[in-house]
Amino acid sequence: MSTDLTNGHRHSFDLVPVSDQPQTAKEFKSDQEVRWCPGCGDYAILAAVQGFLPELGLRRENVVFVSGIGCSSRFPYYLETYGMHSIHGRAPAVATGLATSRPDLAVFVVTGDGDALSIGGNHLIHTLRRNVNLTILLFNNRIYGLTKGQYSPTSEIGKVTKSTPMGSLDFPFNPISLALGAEATFVARTIDSDRKHLTAVLRAATEHRGTSLVEIYQNCNIFNDDAFEVLKAPETRDDYLIRLEQGQPITFGLGGTRGVRRSASGSLEVCAGDDPAVLVHDAHDDDPSLAFALSRITRPNLAMTPIGVFRDVARPVYDDQMTEQLERAVAKNGAGDLAALLAGGDTWTITRPLADETITRPLADES
Amino acid sequence: MQLTGDRFTSETAAFGNDLSTLPNFPAEIRAPAGTLPGVSSFQLQFADHDIMTPGDAPNVLVAMNPAALKANIADLPLGADIIANADEFTTRACQRIGYTGNPLTDGTLAEYRVSAVPLTSMTVEALKDSEVSKKEAERAKNMFALGLLSWMYNRPTASTLEFLERKFAKIPHVAKANITAFQAGYNFGETTEVFSVSYEVKPAPMKPGTYRNISGNIALSYGLIAASKITNLPLFLGSYPITPASDILHELSKHKAFGVRTFQAEDEIAGVTAALGAAFGGSLGVTTTSGPGVALKSEAIGLGVMLELPLVVVDVQRGGPSTGLPTKTEQADLLQAMFGRNGEAPVPIVAPSSPSDCFAAAIEAARLATKYRTPVFLLSDGYLANGSEPWMLPDVDALPDLRVTFATEPNHLGANGEPEFWPYLRDPETLARAWAIPGTAGLEHRVGGLEKADGSGDISYDPANHDLMVRLRQAKIDGIARDIAALAVDDPSGEAEVLVLGWGSTYGPIGAACRQVRARGLKVAQAHLRHLNPFPANTGDVVKAYPKVLIPEMNLGQLSFLIRAKYLVDAVPYNRVNGMPFKAAELADVITATINA
Repeated sequence: MSTDLTNGHRHSFDLVPVSDQPQTAKEFKSDQEVRWCPGCGDYAILAAVQGFLPELGLRRENVVFVSGIGCSSRFPYYLETYGMHSIHGRAPAVATGLATSRPDLAVFVVTGDGDALSIGGNHLIHTLRRNVNLTILLFNNRIYGLTKGQYSPTSEIGKVTKSTPMGSLDFPFNPISLALGAEATFVARTIDSDRKHLTAVLRAATEHRGTSLVEIYQNCNIFNDDAFEVLKAPETRDDYLIRLEQGQPITFGLGGTRGVRRSASGSLEVCAGDDPAVLVHDAHDDDPSLAFALSRITRPNLAMTPIGVFRDVARPVYDDQMTEQLERAVAKNGAGDLAALLAGGDTWTITRPLADETITRPLADES
Repeated sequence: MQLTGDRFTSETAAFGNDLSTLPNFPAEIRAPAGTLPGVSSFQLQFADHDIMTPGDAPNVLVAMNPAALKANIADLPLGADIIANADEFTTRACQRIGYTGNPLTDGTLAEYRVSAVPLTSMTVEALKDSEVSKKEAERAKNMFALGLLSWMYNRPTASTLEFLERKFAKIPHVAKANITAFQAGYNFGETTEVFSVSYEVKPAPMKPGTYRNISGNIALSYGLIAASKITNLPLFLGSYPITPASDILHELSKHKAFGVRTFQAEDEIAGVTAALGAAFGGSLGVTTTSGPGVALKSEAIGLGVMLELPLVVVDVQRGGPSTGLPTKTEQADLLQAMFGRNGEAPVPIVAPSSPSDCFAAAIEAARLATKYRTPVFLLSDGYLANGSEPWMLPDVDALPDLRVTFATEPNHLGANGEPEFWPYLRDPETLARAWAIPGTAGLEHRVGGLEKADGSGDISYDPANHDLMVRLRQAKIDGIARDIAALAVDDPSGEAEVLVLGWGSTYGPIGAACRQVRARGLKVAQAHLRHLNPFPANTGDVVKAYPKVLIPEMNLGQLSFLIRAKYLVDAVPYNRVNGMPFKAAELADVITATINA
């Protein structure tokens, strides 16, 4: 995966102090007992994140994980960094306040499909369009786990759950399409069980300055077991996955026997892997239309599921711009002077009470 | 009209009168002119002595059209002056709002002193050589009226002329037209025989000092900036636009040079949660809203109670429930602030008593929030927000030092004898927990909405621990009673049998009413609560010391509910919820009746 996207812009954590000591995964493990169900996909993600954080080399005290509510949102408790387990759906907003007020912190959001796309959908889309400097890890297991098995906004239509005994009626969100539509500057997808791919995506996400959205297909072995099994099993995964790699032809199937090209009408179609019209993946394309089309190519049975970085473009970052406005205000008029502020526009002075001749004319003009 | 009122207020303030204002405008942005719902008014009382309210019954009404006359005539005492824009009193305009004839000429106003002045046509005439269109010229009629009033009341005019130059600096022909209209109105007053008198209201005797005129929302904004400075915490405002609180967002967004970060969030919930996120990072987190916004923020305020992080929640109350009366005032969010959260979630409540008092109240809210690591409600209201009064500028260097100390070292020895950091270890005096911010090495910790073990802050579902933590959080807030001023009672004779107890913006009307009652030769005591949770420690003694306690409120009895429940006294509520502040005379009659009952 390409990393040089900065075009002279800052890297994601350029303002975050780095550690002068080499770090290990162990240092990022808190003393709290992990309480997910045995076999939960969250364990693999936690291990991958703990394994990846030393690579960033940031001072541990300058790393913050913020979460909402749900199984995934217990994540911060298990990391020896600063963390906040907030309220349902609001983690992106909490993180926005923290990141914009503290440019010296690396802020991660951990959320799930219910937390981010249902109760917190509004905060997610607005965070993405603002491009706050955050890395959002969206664990998508297509089910509500913590509330014991209701369908979620990413559950496939017709899903039979405790709250939908005759099948769910509502059409699911596609998180990648949603993020692209919300003007996200970095959008990627990976899978809990593929540690190497997950780590590579995390690396790309943390190199991106602005909001990075990483959808992680995660297995809930209690309420929605094997939802992504065809993408994981060695015998099926090469047929089902499209691995997006920057600058590489978009091909899939064992040996890259099939590819993706534009049809005459402009939509995407499958072709032979060696077709001269096979598209070359470019996550840095300002135009999001191909990334969007790729996000829609997947069949209901998960055939043709792209993973990797869909989009990775540079755009001014909300927190940087806010800091810049503060600096500009000081540069223009100097640091704020409280006494001058309070006196404001028109003032008058009374030197001694009672007699009217003690009133002087207004002291200051409105500045 | 609001602009005209603002200018007259500025002139009056600059002259040195004491004053109090009551802007009153519709919720609609451009409600149709000439209709009763479209009337926008600005009431101002000024005097050569100390006054406490915008006045009950205006002595002068300037009515720019028949609707304005009809909407306000009921407030005028007989014999009051009415200056009416005769041009607008057409048959059609009069009939539109239900007058059968022209009230200026048909005897309807026989009991008043009416000056019918063709303000519009005189303004147009004055501007006939100007570069502005006829429509623009007509718009300048408010400035003509302002000029006329400025003459009648001997107001200094320089500041208005400078203001118009500044406001229309980019369109000089409009600036010139407005100035011409203003001067034409002034000269009209001086040369015409229509107005037999002009009035001289001498400056009011006031304490020596430097003064300015200030509205509640501006004073509150400045109070927050001052609090940021004296706590040495950067100010972070997370807010969503809502009437009548939006002006605080507008004002704070201007002051980036003070390090103020303003975040206009996607909704009320994001506003408060972003402020909490910033507080976790060591900012003075503030969110500003009105009652409907508080309802949305409730869960996050509960999170703040659990996280034990400082947060100032400003509720500029308006008429409710639901959307209610967005531009009118009310005090009906007290119980929402007190109880409006799930679980046992006590939050201190501070209320300013006048527009300028919003400055000190904001500092007090920030003091309690940072010292006790808790969300604090600051309950302003629409009347305080938009009303204005003279304010003696405080000495900035004399503001209290409220610097916050963050934790920087481990505060506890772990089981293995190693020093470690316990985020929920409390100060034995205040019960405030240790506050370590990200970036502090060795103090990494996690906080969250789940119940936590006393001290360590680890997640705990232990029954006894939960009971302890609920009581500790309550005891922390209750303990604030030791750290706030006692409730002061104004009882000049010391022999009053009736205590009038109030809170918030009713201070002015209650105070003015007590003066009137005393002027009638009766005895009455007044006390006003700045802190509503906890109450000052002596509150029970005060309310039990008087045979009768009268509690006037712009709600259906929320403070009286709390006082009766907490102190078991038979307090008598007096309640009105019409969207307007109490009138002093009305309260004076209620107090008198209570004394005589």
